[in-house]
Amino acid sequence: MNSENTILSIKNVVKHFDISGGFLDQLTIKKGKICLEKVTVKAVNDVSLFVKKGETLRVVGESGCGKSTLARVVMGLYPLNSGEIYYNGNRIDNLTHAQMLPVRKKMQMIFQDPYASLNPRKTVQQTLEEPLRFHNPDMSNGEIDDKIDLVMEQVGVDQAWIKRYPHEFSGGQRQRISIARGLILDPEFIVADEPVSALDVSIQAQILNLMMKAGRERGLTYLFITHDLSVVRHISTRVAVMYLGTLCELAAAADLFANPRHPYTNALLSAIPKVGEKGAKHIKLKGEVPTPIHLPTGCVFHGRCVYADKRCSAEVPLLLEQKDGTFVACHAVEEGRPID
Amino acid sequence: MTKLQKFKESYFLYSFKRDKVAIGSFLILVTLLMLAITAPWIAPMNPYDAENIDIMNSEIPPMWSEGGESVYPLGTDNMGRDMFSTMLYGLRTSMIIAGGAVLLQATLGILVGLTAGYFGGRTDAFLMRMADIQFSFPYLMVAIFIGAIFQVVFGIGSYERLAVPLLIVIIGLAEWPMYARTIRASVIGEVNKEYVEAARVIGLSRPTIMIRHVLPNSLTSVMVISTIQVANAVMSEAALSYLGLGMPVTTPSLGSLIRSGFEFIFSGSWWITVFPGIWLILFVLVINLLGDWLRDVLNPKLYKG
Amino acid sequence: MSHLLEVRDLEVKFALRFGDITAIDGASFKLDRGEKLGLVGESGAGKSVTGFSIINLISKPGYISKGKVLFEGKEISSYSDEQMRKIRGNSISMIFQDPMMTLNPVFTIGFQMVETIQAHRNISKAGAEKIALEKLKKVHIPSPEQRLSQYPHELSGGMRQRIIIAVSLLTDPAIIIADEPTTALDVTIQAEIMDLLQELCASDNMALILITHDLGVVSQVTEKIAVMYAGKIIEYGPTDQVVTYPVHPYTEGLIKSIPGNVVNPGEDLVQIPGMMPTLTNIPPGCAFNPRCYLRQAVCTKTTPELKDVGNSVMAACHMRYKGDGRTNQ
Repeated sequence: MNSENTILSIKNVVKHFDISGGFLDQLTIKKGKICLEKVTVKAVNDVSLFVKKGETLRVVGESGCGKSTLARVVMGLYPLNSGEIYYNGNRIDNLTHAQMLPVRKKMQMIFQDPYASLNPRKTVQQTLEEPLRFHNPDMSNGEIDDKIDLVMEQVGVDQAWIKRYPHEFSGGQRQRISIARGLILDPEFIVADEPVSALDVSIQAQILNLMMKAGRERGLTYLFITHDLSVVRHISTRVAVMYLGTLCELAAAADLFANPRHPYTNALLSAIPKVGEKGAKHIKLKGEVPTPIHLPTGCVFHGRCVYADKRCSAEVPLLLEQKDGTFVACHAVEEGRPID
Repeated sequence: MTKLQKFKESYFLYSFKRDKVAIGSFLILVTLLMLAITAPWIAPMNPYDAENIDIMNSEIPPMWSEGGESVYPLGTDNMGRDMFSTMLYGLRTSMIIAGGAVLLQATLGILVGLTAGYFGGRTDAFLMRMADIQFSFPYLMVAIFIGAIFQVVFGIGSYERLAVPLLIVIIGLAEWPMYARTIRASVIGEVNKEYVEAARVIGLSRPTIMIRHVLPNSLTSVMVISTIQVANAVMSEAALSYLGLGMPVTTPSLGSLIRSGFEFIFSGSWWITVFPGIWLILFVLVINLLGDWLRDVLNPKLYKG
Repeated sequence: MSHLLEVRDLEVKFALRFGDITAIDGASFKLDRGEKLGLVGESGAGKSVTGFSIINLISKPGYISKGKVLFEGKEISSYSDEQMRKIRGNSISMIFQDPMMTLNPVFTIGFQMVETIQAHRNISKAGAEKIALEKLKKVHIPSPEQRLSQYPHELSGGMRQRIIIAVSLLTDPAIIIADEPTTALDVTIQAEIMDLLQELCASDNMALILITHDLGVVSQVTEKIAVMYAGKIIEYGPTDQVVTYPVHPYTEGLIKSIPGNVVNPGEDLVQIPGMMPTLTNIPPGCAFNPRCYLRQAVCTKTTPELKDVGNSVMAACHMRYKGDGRTNQ
């Protein structure tokens, strides 16, 4: 899995959140005994994947599947419970704040909510200036202004607006400013957490085009988190499908849409509403989505899977490489049980 | 667009202009502030200066009552000081103490609240329990306690001189948890927003993020409680002075004036208590009314853009 | 013959401090029994306000300034609050985006359902519970008896939305207005809810107004579609026709900008430049003209009216009226 081409690889990453609160909240009575009980959300469980230089890897999944947590874990915003993260072959999850700084310059993030991701009390100029001044203390004012002008032009924000505050902009313009902040340090790797899902349909296309253009011009590598599968098909090299904190399938985008292997991927793809296709058959999943607090045993999907058997409810399936290079974590696929 | 122009078009000014109570309160408050600041120049006499005081002039009623003199429009107190001048000076003293105390409260409270809210976990638990403990002491007890220590350390003689800073410290220490709690609550709300994550992605250090990003966004709530805290501090100071734990009678604040008058109220000299009382109520009332209005305007749920 | 619901030239204004703004500008559409209509548009286009104004539920600064809403031939837009209450939640039900807005968290599902039935009908508690149970079965909720004694927070988002649909069915309405019913839900759950709504319309001959920003959802569920832009309906017609052969350049742009719809993977998406104007500064002429690739001088001067452009489609575009040379298959 590791080669010269790999820009980022994560190995067996586990991230659990303790939501049990204070000491008093943890007290529970069980079988007549008072004991402490911790409640943890198992957001990401043993996920391994790698991102190749210059590609756009999409992580898809429904709400609560741990995709946003994965993005933040990669960016070092959350400490790991266990596992390793490598950037350009160097381990980054155990670095100190100071050691991490040169890496931060190369990895940037674009956030979901353009209304929350810009500091409401800072002008566009202040927002864009901050990372530049912080990472390049010897840059002159003129150089900084030039750089800001250049990036603003690239993302299509009028330079006359530089002194304005975020609330004076629409959602689409804010997202452009947010992208400008992500690009201003000339990063090589960008994690985008649902960058268009808060925007209107006609604006979504503008922002996606902008990100693709920036990707081409700058040779960026994207890790793109999304729940919108129609977006996935359009711009991605490979797609990783997540369900309840685990990776179900990792495949080249074209392969995934043409030939989904994992039963969950199948159901997900059939649920996308397509314009002009009336009465399309959805694959009906049984049961309810379990919570990440009480994970099912074995394969996390077995409770909703029509192909599940005894083995599925007992044993966690491994992410195995198939003949064509896709990775699937499913006992049925591994055993060659019939799946349509 | 210039700052002035922006202000003119703002929702803030718009809602102010439509609220008659706010306008009235604001005008009264400004007048009171101006009177207090310019007291040494506009007051007919300096009540702190023993040379101006003649004990023969004591307890002269207001000028419109029988036996009143036009030199003393609101009458004189038991020591022969002009009530009007003394009230101006008293308001000034009360304001200085309240302002200083609120400043101290805010500094302490913001520091504690910011640290607690941003770091969370044990730091948070420890600091907030400290605040709870502080809150569970009545401030009068704190005042008596600190006052006693102070008199032992510096001697009773220097009390008159150091009463103002002492009161600032006492009232400041008593109420900082208000700020700490408010700031903490608002910081916890802000810290989970994406712009803070964005600042972390840039690589900024925690103190920088706290001061440059989180704090400015939490200051709205500070503004709102500050108005209420100023009013509270004025009241606390008056209460302490009334109990004899505050300003000495020679350099009176509004509270000590009311107290000194109270001894004579049954002998008919009602004006020594009533005028400073009205003065105090007016001051506290307009601050509270303005604070109410400010809270409505700055309420993020109602206020957009 | 009168239609089940007819909205005629509806105009809704909001009285704001700098004057009135027009949120809906002359919307007209019809709905028959069992018919499904999609109201599509971006946020701020006026689609939710349209939904609210049908049941006369526009909040305070807003008011209906012109036009009529006819339900079974009766003009309900002029009804008093008292009269309207008999229609609202009875003959016309509404479903909202966030189920927690409709469900009260401190009461059980059963209590809330019984309360709703008893508010509209004189019926015993046991009788009301029977109806509640029947409706829960109808929306395919597993173990419905158990749900009656549960609180809303004990259920998942998809399950809550099913409950809401069951609640809206309690009074056997003739029309359900669903305002973004699946926006807060995951795709797999969304598909299930949409299937359910379709099934209910078919079995009970109910009409549905589906308000959404998602053209994909609309095209799968509805027979008729009305596309709104800046407070106006700019295209109205049979769904299949409109999504396959959009007439108005805005509709066209919307459909083409959906990823994977028109262009090949990797190519740039078709994008509509600019953004929708806010209701306070709608440009003169056609509101879409600054973003339109067909713009001519006339577009900036006169506001186009919704006219028949053939194939039962109506559109409001100077450049696309009949006889402009463009074939509208």
